[in-house]
Amino acid sequence: MLSGNIAGLLYLVSGILFILALRGLSSPETARQGNRFGVIGMGIAAATTFLYQLPWGFSSFLWVLLAIAIGGSIGVWRARTIQMTAMPQLVALFHALIGLAAVLVPASALYAPQGFGLGVPGGIHGTTLFEMSLGAAIGAMTFTGSVIAFLKLDGRMTGNPILLPKRHAINIGLGILLAIFILAFIPTETHQLFWLIVLVSFALGVLLIIPIGGADMPVVISMLNSYSGWAAAAVGFTLANLALIITGALVGSSGAILSYIMCRGMNRSFIAVILGGFGGETAVPAGLPESEPRPVKQGSAEDAAKMLLAAKKVIIVPGYGMAVAQAQHAVAEMANILKSKGVDVKYAIHPVAGRMPGHMNVLLAEANVPYDEVFELTDINPEFPDADVAFVIGANDVTNPAAKTDSSSPIYGMPILDVEHAKNVLFVKRGLGPGYAGVDNELFFRPNTTMLFGDAKKMVDSIVKAMG
Amino acid sequence: MAEVDPQLLDKIRAAAQAARHAADSVQAYAEQIAAGASAASGGAIDPFIFRLAIFALAVIVGYYVVWAVTPSLHTPLMSVTNAISSVIVVGALLSAGIDPSSGTGSGAARVFGFLALTLASVNIFGGFLVTERMLSMFKKKG
Repeated sequence: MLSGNIAGLLYLVSGILFILALRGLSSPETARQGNRFGVIGMGIAAATTFLYQLPWGFSSFLWVLLAIAIGGSIGVWRARTIQMTAMPQLVALFHALIGLAAVLVPASALYAPQGFGLGVPGGIHGTTLFEMSLGAAIGAMTFTGSVIAFLKLDGRMTGNPILLPKRHAINIGLGILLAIFILAFIPTETHQLFWLIVLVSFALGVLLIIPIGGADMPVVISMLNSYSGWAAAAVGFTLANLALIITGALVGSSGAILSYIMCRGMNRSFIAVILGGFGGETAVPAGLPESEPRPVKQGSAEDAAKMLLAAKKVIIVPGYGMAVAQAQHAVAEMANILKSKGVDVKYAIHPVAGRMPGHMNVLLAEANVPYDEVFELTDINPEFPDADVAFVIGANDVTNPAAKTDSSSPIYGMPILDVEHAKNVLFVKRGLGPGYAGVDNELFFRPNTTMLFGDAKKMVDSIVKAMG
Repeated sequence: MAEVDPQLLDKIRAAAQAARHAADSVQAYAEQIAAGASAASGGAIDPFIFRLAIFALAVIVGYYVVWAVTPSLHTPLMSVTNAISSVIVVGALLSAGIDPSSGTGSGAARVFGFLALTLASVNIFGGFLVTERMLSMFKKKG
């Protein structure tokens, strides 16, 4: 029905709408409008393909409707019911789905190229075969890598790094094998070789992610985001589809930038993260001399309530522990009481707080914390010296002054929140264990620090109660 | 200068001929190269180059647009990039239109397409909805 040229132009329009969708996210005020642009862009792309394919056979039409009905209802159900604390898992799963789709679409095109305007079986152009194998390989890696990331984030698999012996040699070997299979596939168009490419990439995806610890997940999830984009772009080249090429490029660069921001937030090189072996949830380096128990000042909820109410300015520093304990609502309630008593309350977010970029911001937004009370590291750091109380809940390494002073510390050089400059520090923590980096936090032992031991949510609830 | 050495004249003639030969072969080579280039691209620029150009420019646009995203919205950024990646649905839709009787591989191709369409639909609906849900929570001080 539609001419190829008009279809091409419409795909271009939908690609531009996707750019506007990302553009909207530059401010929370324009973000929802951006999301709507995205929806419209998707509608245009799907409708264009649908019209381009007219006339539809009745069975094909039902086939499409059935797939959309099944997929759509699962999507709607997940989007409605997912808890905000579980967003990283959901995003990891979504990446997995895109990855798998990026394997299935080239597979479909390989088996029936006539349906995609790519010629006849056995006569697909070499460039197209290369693009297909690239899309399928990246897609397959994204799929298994994201499944592993999901299992780690969801606690169904240990968050500790799993280190295989000779893993670098295995990965390099598989990489070479992958290149050989792709080179052999292009001139022969053998279906078996295509599936071998997919299998090797599945294995690579698993092996690349298992050595990476739970706390490095913000990088992993951004990286997989980027991969899913490159896979989509490769499929876009295969199908000569502008919307898909543009989207793939956008998503690929978006994920890459997020990975870079996350790495910078930890002062670690991207390569070091990928090589893995760091960042287990409780990774305490074995063989380290047992440090002598040092005295800390311990406080009760009542002490904390008193200190907070006496303050003029409070800065709350949330971390992954707040998400685990689902304490965001209790924290917001506490902040509201303080605000009603005239206390100035702000939130400080470290770039790698939580398990994905921006995780804490979403949790606070869920608890109705206005976004203009939430500040990024560079904006809030100069304010700590004016704060009467820094209230650290579920964060640890991101507040550790050793990052600035101790060049032998594994977190040395990492930008931290200058909690130590506040007049008093209240530190909510389960126990006195070290953070994921396996280092003691010097802050615990400072005279102006009061430790509040217990579950984050229960502790904050008690503080709220004590405030009366 | 009445006497000219006939040997010298022959040499000059030979040299001129050699130069003419060289010029001819250079022209032949040039023509061959031009013909080859034109054959490789069907007489025009390969459409692949245009796609590559669009891809490269989109990467650059993406670079600037994503750096402008406020860090507090990085989670919605991930979920929306997820949602728009599902534009891969166009490939899945193409496969649904394959005539099942058109060849041996078409049955398998349709099944792959069906699965891809289902997965992409999960992402389209789930991705945009969850983004909307998150964004609706971001409010200013009341």
